[in-house]
Amino acid sequence: MNEKARSSETRRLMLTLRGTIPQIIAVLLAFLIGAIILLATGHSPIDAYVAVLKGAFGDVYGIGQTLTQATPIIFTALAFIFAFKCGLFNIGAEGQLLIGGFTAALAGIYFGDLPIYIHLPFALLVGATGGALWGFIPGILKAKLGAHEVITSMMLSYVALYITSYMVNYPFIAPPGWVAQTVPVAPSAELPRILSSTQLSASILIAIGMAAILTLVFNRTVLGYEVRAVGLNTAAAESNGINVKNTMIIAFIISGALAGLGGAGEILGVHRRFISGFSPGYGFDGLAVGLIGGLNPIGTIFAAILIGALRAGGMTMNTVTGVPIDIVSVLQGLVVLFVAAPKLITYLSKKGVALPRALKPLSNGVQTILSKIKRTSRKGGS
Amino acid sequence: MNTAVRMVNITKTFPGTVASDRVNLEVKKGEIHGLLGENGAGKTVLMNVLYGLYKPDQGQIFINDKEIRMDSSATAIKNGIGMVHQHFMLVPSLTVAENIVLGREPRKNMLLLDMEKIVKDIKETSREYGLEIDPKELVKNLPVGLQQRVEILKALYRGAQILILDEPTSVLTPQEVDSLFKAMKALREQGKSVIFITHKLKEVCAVCDRITVLKKGKVVGTVDANNTNPLELAAMMVGREISSTCKKENYQPGKCVLKVEKLQALNDRKLSALNDITFEVHESEILGIAGVEGNGQTELVEVLTGLRQTTSGKIILDGRSITNSSPHDRISMGISNVPEDRQKRGLILDFSVLENLILGYEDKPPFETGWFRLNLRKAASFSDELIQEYSIKTPSKETPARHLSGGTQQRVVLAREFSRKPKLIIASQPTRGLDIGATEYVHRKLAEMRDQGVAVLLISADLDEILALSDLIAILYEGKIVAIRECGKTNELELGLLMTGGNNE
Amino acid sequence: MVNIIDIINVGLFAATLRMATPLVLGALGGIFSERVGVINIALEGMMLTGAFTGVMASYYTGNAWIGVLAAVLVGGLLGLLHAILTVEFAGNQIVSGTGINILALGITAYLSQVIWGSRGASQSVNGLGTISIPLLKDVPILGEILGSTTPLVYVMLILVILTYVVLFKTPMGLRLRAVGEHPAAADTAGINVRRTKYLFLIVSGMLASLGGVFLSLGQLNFFVSSMTGGRGFIALAAMILGGWMPFGVLGAGLLFGFADAVQMRLQGLGFLAPQIILAIPYIVTVVVLAGFVRKRIPPSDYKPYEKE
Repeated sequence: MNEKARSSETRRLMLTLRGTIPQIIAVLLAFLIGAIILLATGHSPIDAYVAVLKGAFGDVYGIGQTLTQATPIIFTALAFIFAFKCGLFNIGAEGQLLIGGFTAALAGIYFGDLPIYIHLPFALLVGATGGALWGFIPGILKAKLGAHEVITSMMLSYVALYITSYMVNYPFIAPPGWVAQTVPVAPSAELPRILSSTQLSASILIAIGMAAILTLVFNRTVLGYEVRAVGLNTAAAESNGINVKNTMIIAFIISGALAGLGGAGEILGVHRRFISGFSPGYGFDGLAVGLIGGLNPIGTIFAAILIGALRAGGMTMNTVTGVPIDIVSVLQGLVVLFVAAPKLITYLSKKGVALPRALKPLSNGVQTILSKIKRTSRKGGS
Repeated sequence: MNTAVRMVNITKTFPGTVASDRVNLEVKKGEIHGLLGENGAGKTVLMNVLYGLYKPDQGQIFINDKEIRMDSSATAIKNGIGMVHQHFMLVPSLTVAENIVLGREPRKNMLLLDMEKIVKDIKETSREYGLEIDPKELVKNLPVGLQQRVEILKALYRGAQILILDEPTSVLTPQEVDSLFKAMKALREQGKSVIFITHKLKEVCAVCDRITVLKKGKVVGTVDANNTNPLELAAMMVGREISSTCKKENYQPGKCVLKVEKLQALNDRKLSALNDITFEVHESEILGIAGVEGNGQTELVEVLTGLRQTTSGKIILDGRSITNSSPHDRISMGISNVPEDRQKRGLILDFSVLENLILGYEDKPPFETGWFRLNLRKAASFSDELIQEYSIKTPSKETPARHLSGGTQQRVVLAREFSRKPKLIIASQPTRGLDIGATEYVHRKLAEMRDQGVAVLLISADLDEILALSDLIAILYEGKIVAIRECGKTNELELGLLMTGGNNE
Repeated sequence: MVNIIDIINVGLFAATLRMATPLVLGALGGIFSERVGVINIALEGMMLTGAFTGVMASYYTGNAWIGVLAAVLVGGLLGLLHAILTVEFAGNQIVSGTGINILALGITAYLSQVIWGSRGASQSVNGLGTISIPLLKDVPILGEILGSTTPLVYVMLILVILTYVVLFKTPMGLRLRAVGEHPAAADTAGINVRRTKYLFLIVSGMLASLGGVFLSLGQLNFFVSSMTGGRGFIALAAMILGGWMPFGVLGAGLLFGFADAVQMRLQGLGFLAPQIILAIPYIVTVVVLAGFVRKRIPPSDYKPYEKE
């Protein structure tokens, strides 16, 4: 029995790995086209990509930055995935993240008398609830009124942006009022840092924990079962007694809660106060990461680290090579496009003859990158 | 010189069935020719071959005595064949005129539509054939009978000399049927040929000149409408080589489980689908609802399973009214459902066998334990049991249902629905698309359930199936229960007659 | 004290028309796409790309109209991209649209940096200026609204009429509507479903881009990163509210444009915080979708059409 179980385990692992091939090809193709764009605008792709790698993983600070940037993206990717599994498109994670961050900041600023083991979880919970509320709105509008959730959730992102901006610029602005930020949260609401000399906080542990919990929820709970059923075949779900409307609303609430928790983690762990514009678009990154990660909670962790590396390393790339940081968004957009049409990847891989030929410069480039890294590390690092 | 269409030795097979078996058909010019047969007799397939939608495995087609290779519907149209399908190919939000000219729009000034000309032409043609219609009306606002006229006019606009009508009266009111027949006769006067596919005996006798009867893909015979009558046609349509009598020896029904009283319901087109339906199903009894598809069966099942509202009437299960209960509650109260479209409503194809086996029961013990937890171990042992008990041929219980054969998929549905010890089983077209072995298995299981005391409501368009399984047979025709017979006290002939609108008088 | 006349005056209606223009153009683009059966979430990205391309072309050629032409061409290319992904490869329409949006955001900021050294704003270029219609501009009230404004406003109005004519008075429009609503019927009528979808997705991209270039060359004469600010999505809402009809989206666009114009006026008067005011158009959109959507039935079923 054990041997049979183990071999079916390995078989499942192989299938999962094989299932990630389209995503990996999408990423490689995106980088390929990115390289072409860089070349066309007078930059060296190799220098740029090397700089990104060095910035992201070259030293402890870099790794810390990479993981710090990845953390909120894990949350928003999980948010996107949860709704997607129910057949819904929540692209309002940005707004839910902002609302979550702000409400968590408020909870953190007041209630300072509470001990940390009550105050911190409470503040995080408030953040999650704020995000849940912001997700509930498009959810109920869709379920009860059929309102297009893509538009409503996107609009609410803008509303959240302006509401929080207003809050932090007027009623809650910290004296003397030069910077659009609130007063710091109470020490009892701070998420501890876990890597010295970096901004990396325990939020990433919560994120990874959430990914694991989500996997459990999808595979081992009634709710996860029903959410997936509604997403895969609404008619069969309805015929067999599942309340489709309620399930959709719950999915949006949880989706919003995850994004809100991400915002809370970012505020309580990294900034320790609400700062206007603290999110450079984590909500939208989450969408790309969710797709790159193959809509799998564990996969999103790796995909988020990829995007986090691009963002963190991107700053180094910008400093060292002068390549504008927006190339990261370009790469992201390209990956999403490639992931949008799986048949495109199969079509391209059928043109398999062309692919190895295109990959040759890529593999040459990889070798060059590796040798450059070896050379610079031998010279004593940067 | 008088022959419009000649189909010689046409054979068409699909995997598992011979849909047309060396069929010979001849239609004269200026004739209304009826193509009669039950569900699955091969009428539509044969006409799809004529219309170029299917390529026959062998055989030839002659139009006006010239052999034509029908490789597409465009070729058929070019040779003067027009077809009005059962499911209209009309765009609802366009007008009648726009639908008719779609693809062949007359223009003025090269760029704009010349709608005035179209409207004029349509008015002329419609008057000529008694197919009056307002060309400017939107198709979606038209009753079905008029929508059908648009389809006919569309075919005529493309120069059809041979018009194929596939079950045209199944969606019409009696008055609309009369208008259609008038139009058909007008077309005949103009020298056109009309092929009238139907299963309705009275109609085919009323309007056709000659009638060809198909049974299981073969031609039974071609008769003159004047020389025959509904009884004879029914015998040709339905007559079996082996007469299957009912062997229901131990029919001892128990108490009433399901009582349906004066049910009325509308279909999606807001027309009446169920008209005063009343019947009962008892313990240890299989009530078979016989009828050709499209007579209200789908709506009846939807009403009974909670997917469609009734406009009036009551549904009572075991003494409790469930007329407005949700599907979830009905499942809790012991109704099991084997849906007619197993891939749409019965299974979630991307779920594993295990997950499909607990669908509908996942939120009840023993699968749901505290904290919303899904007891996977219980589910696993449960599915192992069922896989064995129902001999479900699957590589593992984790296999997605998509990879199973049709018969195996149905076993999964049966396993799930029957193992719950339900009070009532509703089985719709349960053997559709299944091979003989799978069919026999389903029949055996249904009989077992009945022997164990369950009330079974069987809805099927297959008369063989109804006769093989049912204790009581109710015939559903145009939304009404026209008769209820005990299996031993009737025969295929009478049933065939009742199913197709004839009666014993 | 705030005089009501400071808010509600003729200038407000002129501003409404201007603010509505990109929304209506985007919504017209949305109409062509959705009526042929493809959801186009990428209006935002197409608009942004149009805004950027117009400025870039004007920068290199010194001619704003070449900028407009370039924007329209690039918009068509984006429409083609969306078509390839969703029609040819049956990809998920919303994911494809979102990908285009993200790509547009990135590439416009990237190229902005490359060309002008700033990812925030470009240099000033030759804009479209204003033109006046000789007799119209002297008419009281109406003249102030319609008589003299940036030319793209007139283009927009003409396009609304043109869209109506094409959709309802030409064979091409008839086929478009058939393909979107009932591809099987169109197919059996001999229409090339695939080619029709491609064609009108390209048109969709062109119109959206035109709306974008209005923002950059019509209203101002430079490009600012992410200057569309969600207007592509508001255009989608306008399309839905307008019932996928050209004159309907004109009305809807004017409604949202009005909200935008009021917002700008209130900003100038400074008695409400800017952020609250800025949020108004978006809140209005959500309320509209919540309230009115039930009456609106989309014209297509958006499923990729596969022949048997």
